[in-house]
Amino acid sequence: MWPLLWKDLHLELRTKERVSSLFVLAVLIVLVFVFALSPEQAQRPEVGAALLWVTLLFAGMLSLQRAFLIEQERGCFFALLLCPFEPGTLFLAKLLGNVVSLLLVEVVVTPLTLLLLGVSWSPSLLLLPLVLLLGIIGFSALGTLFAAIAVRTRAREVLLPVLLLPLLVPLLIAAVNVTSALLAGSPWPGAWLRVLLAFDVIFVVTGWLIFAQVVRE
Amino acid sequence: MNKWVIEAKNLRKTFAWTPVVDGVSCCIGTGEVIGLFGPNGAGKTTCLRLLATLLRPSAGTLRLFGDEPYRPSVRRRLGFLGHDSFLYADLTPTENLIFYGRAYEVSDLKERIDLTLEQLGLRDWRNTPVRAFSRGMEQRLALARALLHDPDLLLLDEPYTGLDARGVATLQATLGRAKEQQKTIVLTTHDFALGLPLCDRAVILQGGRIAWQSDDRPPPVPEFIELYHAVTQPSALSPQPSS
Repeated sequence: MWPLLWKDLHLELRTKERVSSLFVLAVLIVLVFVFALSPEQAQRPEVGAALLWVTLLFAGMLSLQRAFLIEQERGCFFALLLCPFEPGTLFLAKLLGNVVSLLLVEVVVTPLTLLLLGVSWSPSLLLLPLVLLLGIIGFSALGTLFAAIAVRTRAREVLLPVLLLPLLVPLLIAAVNVTSALLAGSPWPGAWLRVLLAFDVIFVVTGWLIFAQVVRE
Repeated sequence: MNKWVIEAKNLRKTFAWTPVVDGVSCCIGTGEVIGLFGPNGAGKTTCLRLLATLLRPSAGTLRLFGDEPYRPSVRRRLGFLGHDSFLYADLTPTENLIFYGRAYEVSDLKERIDLTLEQLGLRDWRNTPVRAFSRGMEQRLALARALLHDPDLLLLDEPYTGLDARGVATLQATLGRAKEQQKTIVLTTHDFALGLPLCDRAVILQGGRIAWQSDDRPPPVPEFIELYHAVTQPSALSPQPSS
């Protein structure tokens, strides 16, 4: 897995295409929403939660497509299939790369969003990084699986959201509910957090197990 | 110990119900160099991709080194050069080879990369991104990638494409060395003059089937060209009316 991560990191440092485009997209989405909402609307916790996850969703789609597009040029994806490691390793490497990219984006975008929306401080916000991390892992696990399918088709830009979004609904409902509760300073939202955790476990394990069937013809 | 590097029985591959490879069987032993010849669309590339485990056969069986071919331990022994170079355009040759070397767990990687780049005449370009390379230079680097982990079986799909005279000489020398080291080589080419003299056996494919194959060294180039044209002319495989 480490050679794959090393290679992806080198490519990103050389081109700076992936993270920079994610930053620009995420910041633009946040700004559009902030300008569109009235101050009263902006301070509602469910609006803040929705904005955080919409931003992450669109940035994540872009990140997933970039992760596999770099493998399409000059047929490199076939070379990865020839390498003597299990396809599950490729899945984990791509998953980890996507999680790191989205975390980098969230490190900037989340404080910016909370600041622009005027969210007041409460101790429950300390749990927000954990919720974002769980959401990003679940999103990336399912997304990596479908991006590997979509990228090899001609309609890849359309196919990925069409395949992915319906299956992400449970994750998004859970993530928005937990985030909303945290922004409102509510007590520990245990049930939804368990849904997030279960989603992560199910799709990380499933992805690792079935990636060979997904990427091989 | 199994003496065959490749054992293919009735390999068949269909794309959208159209057979592209149709009942190909062959056994290839250690150190043999096999040339796959045939017109465009004969199924040469699909055959090589089947042997490289990049495609799964629709029917038939394939064994490599006497083993199930999709195991990592078997794939480690394959070197494949295809139409695509499998190189990352934004990385330098050294970075590309470091990645593939680590993926294949090549020992003494730095020395191995230096040697391979030296042998293929790319030493001076080691730190230039591949995006700046000409087609021929990229082909040479693709060959370096395929050879880096010292594979026992080399599958080369039209390896002479884009190479200049010096590149061709380098490739011939590299293949000669591989042959001396008892590597098994399967190559496809349209260049009979370059490919045929290397071959211990030759196979002509037509319409996804083996139309002709030699049991030992193929005939000299002029005779082979005549044979090739006779075998691959459109009427050669069509059913003959009974007299």
